[in-house]
Amino acid sequence: MAELRYTLNTQLEQLHTRYTGTGHPDMTKYEWLQHQHRDTASAIIGHPSLLAYISVADNECQARERFEVIERMLQPCGKPPAKTDD
Amino acid sequence: MSEEEQPYRTLQTYSAPQELLDEHAEMADEENAPDVFEQTAKSKQVAARQSDYHLRRFNRTDGVGEGEDESYEDRMRRINLEREEERVRRYKEQKEKEDAEKGQGSKTLEGDKTPPRGLIGDETPPRGAKEETPPMDEAPKKKRRWDVEEPQVKQEEKPGEWSEQALEAAPKKRRSRWDQTPAEATTEAAPKKSRWDQTPSSDAVAVTGKTQEFTSTGVMMVEDKRYRRMTDEELDSLLPGKADGYEVVPVPDDYKPLPMVRKMVPVQASEQGFMMQDDADAAKARAAVGGIQGSDEQTEIEGIGTLQFLKPEDTQYFAKVLGEGGGEEEDVHYSLEELKERKIMRLLLKIKNGTPPVRKTALRQITDKARDFGAGPLFDKILPLLMERTLEDQERHLLVKVIDRVLYKLDDLVRPYVHKILVVIEPLLIDEDYYARVEGREIISNLAKAAGLAHMISTMRPDIDHVDEYVRNTTARAFSVVASALGIPSLLPFLKAVCRSKKSWQARHTGIRIIQQIAVMMGCAVLPHLRNLVDAIADGLQDEQQKVRTMTALALAALAEAAAPYGIESFDNVLKPLWLGIRQHRGKTLAAFIKAIGYIIPLMDPEYAGYYVRECMPILIREFQTSDEEMRRIVLQVIKQCAGTEGVSPTYIRDEVLPDFFRSFWVRRMALDKRNYRQLVETTTELANKAGVSTIVGKICNDLKDESEPFRKMVMDTITKVVANQGAADIDERLEVLLIDGIIFAFQEQTMEDNVMLEGFGTVVNALGGRVKPYLPQIVSMILWRLTNKSAKVRMLAADLTTKLAPIIKSNGEDQLLSKLGVVIFEQLGEEYPDTLGSLIAAEGAIANVVGMTQMNPPVKDLLPRMTPILRNRHEKVQEATINLIGRIADRGAEFVPAKEWMRICFELLDLLKAHKKAIRRAAVNSFGYIAKAIGPQDVLSVLLTNLKVQERQSRVCSTVAIAIVAETCGPFTCIPAILNEYRTPELNVRNGCLKALAWVFEYVGEMSKDYIHSVIGLLEDALTDRDHVHRQTACAIVKHLALGVAGLGYEEALTHLLNLVWPNIFETSPHVIGGVMDAIEAMRVGLGPGVLLSYVLQGLHHPARRVREVYWRMFNTLILGSADAMVPFYPDLGSKSDLAAGQDYTRHHLGYWV
Repeated sequence: MAELRYTLNTQLEQLHTRYTGTGHPDMTKYEWLQHQHRDTASAIIGHPSLLAYISVADNECQARERFEVIERMLQPCGKPPAKTDD
Repeated sequence: MSEEEQPYRTLQTYSAPQELLDEHAEMADEENAPDVFEQTAKSKQVAARQSDYHLRRFNRTDGVGEGEDESYEDRMRRINLEREEERVRRYKEQKEKEDAEKGQGSKTLEGDKTPPRGLIGDETPPRGAKEETPPMDEAPKKKRRWDVEEPQVKQEEKPGEWSEQALEAAPKKRRSRWDQTPAEATTEAAPKKSRWDQTPSSDAVAVTGKTQEFTSTGVMMVEDKRYRRMTDEELDSLLPGKADGYEVVPVPDDYKPLPMVRKMVPVQASEQGFMMQDDADAAKARAAVGGIQGSDEQTEIEGIGTLQFLKPEDTQYFAKVLGEGGGEEEDVHYSLEELKERKIMRLLLKIKNGTPPVRKTALRQITDKARDFGAGPLFDKILPLLMERTLEDQERHLLVKVIDRVLYKLDDLVRPYVHKILVVIEPLLIDEDYYARVEGREIISNLAKAAGLAHMISTMRPDIDHVDEYVRNTTARAFSVVASALGIPSLLPFLKAVCRSKKSWQARHTGIRIIQQIAVMMGCAVLPHLRNLVDAIADGLQDEQQKVRTMTALALAALAEAAAPYGIESFDNVLKPLWLGIRQHRGKTLAAFIKAIGYIIPLMDPEYAGYYVRECMPILIREFQTSDEEMRRIVLQVIKQCAGTEGVSPTYIRDEVLPDFFRSFWVRRMALDKRNYRQLVETTTELANKAGVSTIVGKICNDLKDESEPFRKMVMDTITKVVANQGAADIDERLEVLLIDGIIFAFQEQTMEDNVMLEGFGTVVNALGGRVKPYLPQIVSMILWRLTNKSAKVRMLAADLTTKLAPIIKSNGEDQLLSKLGVVIFEQLGEEYPDTLGSLIAAEGAIANVVGMTQMNPPVKDLLPRMTPILRNRHEKVQEATINLIGRIADRGAEFVPAKEWMRICFELLDLLKAHKKAIRRAAVNSFGYIAKAIGPQDVLSVLLTNLKVQERQSRVCSTVAIAIVAETCGPFTCIPAILNEYRTPELNVRNGCLKALAWVFEYVGEMSKDYIHSVIGLLEDALTDRDHVHRQTACAIVKHLALGVAGLGYEEALTHLLNLVWPNIFETSPHVIGGVMDAIEAMRVGLGPGVLLSYVLQGLHHPARRVREVYWRMFNTLILGSADAMVPFYPDLGSKSDLAAGQDYTRHHLGYWV
């Protein structure tokens, strides 16, 4: 893999890191799942019918549901775990 | 000649006669024999082809030596001192001159006058009293950049260490007697011995090659055997011994000889005639580095690797790591610092001279270790190399690349070396090579980012008012690069201060030039800061120093050009001084002012522009008369810009400008200089846009019959452009006659090789359209006449003209003319000059194109067999024209030719697949498709499949493409069985070719592949499990196209099977293979959906081995970039009680809602 790091995949990897939601080999569980939650939230907002469904389930109007889903994207999984030693 | 008379046997191959070869070998042996290739070798050297101005970079000694920069204070002090010295020197010169003049009295300079124009016989109208242009036939004086002051030869300046070294290396030092090797003495002792049978005592003789003469810069440096340590016996034989009362003193304890100091001397003629090679270690080492002289061939050097070449300068520069004691095994004797140095030198040598793989690894090493080496040792080695006089383009490029990489790593550690780097890199900014300039800019901008603005300014500040104009020029350019790297706003306060400097006009001049360069480099990006930039330099227009005024005007011109068409409001402040200026100034300053106005006018509103044009036109018209070439070009440029603005009326142009314009500019002399030529054509075209076609064309069309050919060409060029822009509707009948007549004349008289006349002919005739009908018989008979001309070039031009005119002849309904042309050209196909033949075939093709295959005369069934043998012609132009014609016939009129003939052509076409030119290969491949359509795929396919067995890769690749095209045109079912069958051939190339062909087939047929996916699965299973990785790579390409083709058509089970076969390849390391595998997997994302792929990827995302994780995460990233939204339902549920207890809730509750 060593020589690949210097050729085409460097570009690919750099390209990947430009986007949110992409990961890397040293990603923690917390970071990865945060991305998943945010993806999920944006999927809900992006599909109005899904949003309507959720808002019915929560008994909120769609605008408030939307607002709350967006707000939740800030820390979707709660506070980050305390730093371990390593 | 009869058999007996023949002095030589007939040979298979021919070469020069032996006598001649011997003679040349002898000549080469002789001393001073001129080397024919010396010139080519020189042209590779950067310094050898640069102008004097560029070579002034070698005068810069301030930044070159080793070690760090001096402090800002020291440099400022030194620069001030230098400036003072310069001032005094000039004052003295001036004084001496004055004294001399006084002494001479008033001697008139009678011989100095240029004769009046009339005497020279130039027919251009007189240009007023002060005529200074030298007659054209005189050798032109070397041009100096016109805004540049006279370069002074700085005698008192100490030459750089490199030139010093070059001097000391001057060849032919007298050898003094006493240091000669004692070997000589022994031979003298036994004088009878002949030298031939003498066994050289092991290393007593110096190995010397043939004597060569070198220029002072290119002297061979070798380690001299005469400086080797003498043995005790030799010393004993030389010096008086104990018997004479002398004794040998023991070596003092504290004496430690420097380990590797070795003297280098120029190679000298051996004074001893023939010498045998000795076996000494040093000789071996030297031989290993390419013999004594360095070499142009690849050589393997121990501890370094394979080098592409080794120049004599390199052997000297890298002496420490070459030859004796240079190897890595010697490294134990050195201190840490020296070790670093040796390591760096080795890496640099590898990078500079190594073969690509060697160079690559070395470059990576030096980058990785840059911070360990440190800035000092690195730049102390790199920078002197870049100042080497014998540096070649390739070496410079590589060294610059090293600097770039190293800079990136060193970051702010580079600070102490900024000035030294700048001294070396700045010259790149004015190099004539575009890529060198770009590289230079790149380095300086990286340097600026690493060192920071404050440091850059304090480093470059002293150079801003440097005595040498060259230094100021390059510094200005470097500053503009810094500005673009760090942003104009951050540099603005500094620029403002410099442009208003009271201390020296040089500082103001450079400051303004920086702004000019910023405008040139950044283009419209100056717009946000335009007002600030203009205000910064505005005062320069009234500066007391003329050069500053000129530069200010030029900078304004550059700013206006960059800002066009916006930003006129920013120039408000300078309009008035500019306008006053063009009335006050003369000469260069006036030219610059006019230029500035020329660029500002197009930014104005129409009514203002009209007013200002009318204001400055009298001055422009006055300057029409000038003899200064630069001024003439500027005037032309400004006229063009004025004519282009809306506010200027056609009548104004016609009445006020054109008469003078034609009188002063449309003269033969203007056609001789390329820049004048281009500018005049552009300006006239722009004027024609305003004044109308007939006005301009009417004025110049008579000159089509002028006797000077360059002038005719210029006229034709202008007419072409004018007519192409505006059409020929404006041209009346009389002018039409004149025009056609002139064009025919000019075409017939053409001797130069370019297609200006041809283009012009085509453009004008096409623009006239139906109106050209009456002239066609005349034109065609001219073509027919010229097609049989004795000169090949005339025939070629006639054929080219036919190609151009064929459509217009057809549209005028003159079919008989076309058929006549067709027949005559057909008869000419025996042409022997390939260029002409190519044109003839192209012309025949053009005729066939417009008349159609059925009406074509000669009939296609005669034409095609005539083309078959021509296909064997090796000339590219012929090949291309032929293949185009054949392809056209195969496409439109294949039925007129028997199938047998087509098969013959098929075999000939295979050869064309080897052609260098892509257009030929493409045309050949397409022709296979047409032919297959005409005569059925079986035969063509078997030809192509057989061709997969050939050695040559390009031919095989083209065959695979052709197979795919046949499959596309005749349906995949005709080809796939044959390909599958052929795949069973136990031959690597054939199988690869089959796979490649299938990949193309599935790429071309797209959705149609759904009917064939099950048929090829067996083949793919075999290929994907093959040992050969190219097999697997190509199979992956097939899988990719299949997956994309059948996406959404319900073939998931087949695709899953294929994915399972592809998946084991994800850890491939070869870039192409892994690329192919990843492509296939990504195509699977489309074919199978991201959910399936995610379940594969999840297996390895958290693998304990990092290398495994790396690959899986890369795949995950491509998944998420491709279809993030679609993956939401497929993420695993990872919520757990322990996490919840720790405060993180990983469950996605929204997905659990149920209404």
